[in-house]
Formats: sequence, structure tokens, C-alpha cells
Amino acid sequence: MKIAFTTSGDNLEALLDSRFGRAPKFLIYDPETKIIEVIDNKQNLNAVQGAGIQSASMVAQSGAQVLVTGHCGPKAFQVLKAAGIKVYNTDAPTVAEALKRYQAGQLAEAKDSDVEGHWV
Amino acid sequence: MIIAIASGKGGTGKTTLAANLAKSWEGPVQLLDCDVEEPNAHLFIRGTKLEETSVGVPVPVIDPALCNLCGDCGRFCRYNAIAVVKPLPVIFPELCHGCGGCSLVCPRKAISEKQRRIGVVETLESGDIILIQGRLDVGVSLVPPLIKAVKARLDPALPAILDAPPGTSCPVVTTIRGADYVLLVTEPTPFGLNDLAIAVDMVRELKLPFGVIINRAGSGDERVNVFCREQDIPILLEIPDDRRIAEAYSRGVLMVDALPEYRKMFLGLIDCLMKTISK
Repeated sequence: MKIAFTTSGDNLEALLDSRFGRAPKFLIYDPETKIIEVIDNKQNLNAVQGAGIQSASMVAQSGAQVLVTGHCGPKAFQVLKAAGIKVYNTDAPTVAEALKRYQAGQLAEAKDSDVEGHWV
Repeated sequence: MIIAIASGKGGTGKTTLAANLAKSWEGPVQLLDCDVEEPNAHLFIRGTKLEETSVGVPVPVIDPALCNLCGDCGRFCRYNAIAVVKPLPVIFPELCHGCGGCSLVCPRKAISEKQRRIGVVETLESGDIILIQGRLDVGVSLVPPLIKAVKARLDPALPAILDAPPGTSCPVVTTIRGADYVLLVTEPTPFGLNDLAIAVDMVRELKLPFGVIINRAGSGDERVNVFCREQDIPILLEIPDDRRIAEAYSRGVLMVDALPEYRKMFLGLIDCLMKTISK
């Protein structure tokens, strides 16, 4: 089951980006194969509006069923929920730490968005 | 004849000019309050309401039986209003600008449209003045379609004065497009001049004839006058910085009613506009 992380880097040691909709990249990690895929989110990063919505579609297209990120706004959350993707919020500094906390069962599944849109 | 009143900076006196111009007009005239986010001409022109119509924009509805999640609609939408995800695309009507493109590009004709209300257009009558105003619903951010609905009520057989919103963005462009003449209202301050220069760039880009009105003349400096001289822009009127005008305004009374000596000033402006436009 693939897990999506928000980041500005391209490996597990990279920093976890606290933004979802306007995260620079998504790192998709498959725990079974250990394969890492990095998706550039430049187009949505610069979107006038609806960045979270299209970022959520991108994560859905990647095949990830879990998203681990800092914060997630209401519209993005609505799309992720519609696509059946589980969201976990964390303040972990790196992708590796976020993965560790997720796999250790330390993160609770988000029941709703945890910030307003345009919260940064 | 359509005269649009705009400004870069807000609070320079667009509505003051529009309402006084309408009140000074001889014969029937239409006043269109296109500042639909906060219409205020009705505070000065109190009329009887003749009509109220609600205005909507078309937003997409997807038929789940026909959609195969091809994603064409989502890729087409510039406003990111459609998220194409399994099992069904999610639509955000509040982001939709109602262009209709998604239903055109859908290869399976799975998208139909429904109306989403954004506000109302009201028509009021006060003597010879027909006041047409738009009122955007609270929480709606889509302004140009409502301004277009206000302008659609304009009777081309009668003269019309269009009171634009402040700034130089889409709502202003939507308002002034198609006008025979644009009056740019400014104040003689550095802020007034800065925003006037931006507004001048806008009307030049739209290739509309225009002139400048200086409000509260004498309260600031001469830089607006110097700018207009250098740019060869006519200054059609300078409304003096007169405390009595502000006092009347604070009571919702127009200067042409409170201080009849100012009526002549507006009659002169109307005369000047008539001559310029007919040329």
C-alpha cells in the first residue's frame, strides 16, 4: 500500500513539507517494494486557486492510499476522502521520521481538515 | 451614450461623481452601480424598487452513468474546480467561473449544467433616474458575471452612467468595456497619482477615450496636474475640497442638492462630455 508524503526533496532523509496543496513535491513510497517515486507539484504550487484540489487528484493518480503531511485544508481533504485516501497529520521533521511514526502506529487518522484553506 | 466612472484608488469619489452627474442630467438617465461587492449609489439616489432578479452562473453536474474518468474536464478547467478521482469526480462550484468548457470537452457528454446563484440585480426609479444595481451574495467571490447582468439591463436608447468598482482588475475592465468615455476620478495625493497612472495604463490598453476628474482639489499637491499635462490627458473638472460637500455627503445628501452652486459645474461637465463624444 503506497504512502504519499509532502516534501521539497527526493529521498527519505528529505524534510517533510508542512503544506499539502502547495507542497513542492510528493514522495510516494511503497513499503513492500521499497520503491520511491517523486512527483513534481510545480504546476499546482503556482496555481491561482484550487492547488489543494489538484494536488489531491495527483496523489490519487499516484495510487497512494495513505497521505502523511503537515496540514491539509478543507477542499483537499474533501477530494482525498472522495478518493478513499487516508490522511495523517504530523509534525515530523523528515519523511523518514514521518514514515517511522506512521508505521509505529503513532499517528491518528485525520477525520477532517486541520487548517483553513490558504492557512500559510 | 455610456459614460463609465472609474479610479485606481478607492474612495476618490466615483459614486459622488456618478450620483451628482445623474442628478444633474436633464431628462431620463440610467445610473448603473457596478460595484456589486458594495453598491452604495442607492444611499444617495433613494428610489422605488421596480424589479429584482436573481443571477446565477452555470456550474457542471456530472452524470455518473456516463463518466469514464477520462480527466479531460479536470485538465481543461483553469480554475481547478474539478478533481477527477475514482470513483467519481468532485466538483467545487465556488471555484467555477461558469465558462462551460468542461461540458464542451467531455467526449461522453456526461456533463450538464445547473445554475448557481451569485446575487441579484435590482432596478429602482427616482424621478428621471433609473438606478440599476447588482448585489453580490455574501461569500461569493465571482464578480464579473454579476456586473455583466447589471449591464445587460442597460437600455441603449437612454444615456447611462456606470459607477465602477475601484482598482484595475477584472470587475473594472468588465464595467468599462464598451463605454463611450471613461472618467477617471483621482485625488491630488501621491496615492491618488500612483493609482491613477495604473488606471491610465488600463484604459489605454482598452483603447477607450478618457479624461481625469480631480476631487478634493487643493487638499494635496500639484503632481496629478503635472502628470496629466505631461501625458496630454484632459482634466475635465476639479471638485474643490469643500467641507460643506463632506457634511452633506455624511447625511446622504448630494452636493448638487445641498449646494446648488455646484450644479452648474456638473452641467458644464455634461456639456463637455456630449461635445467630446459626438466628435
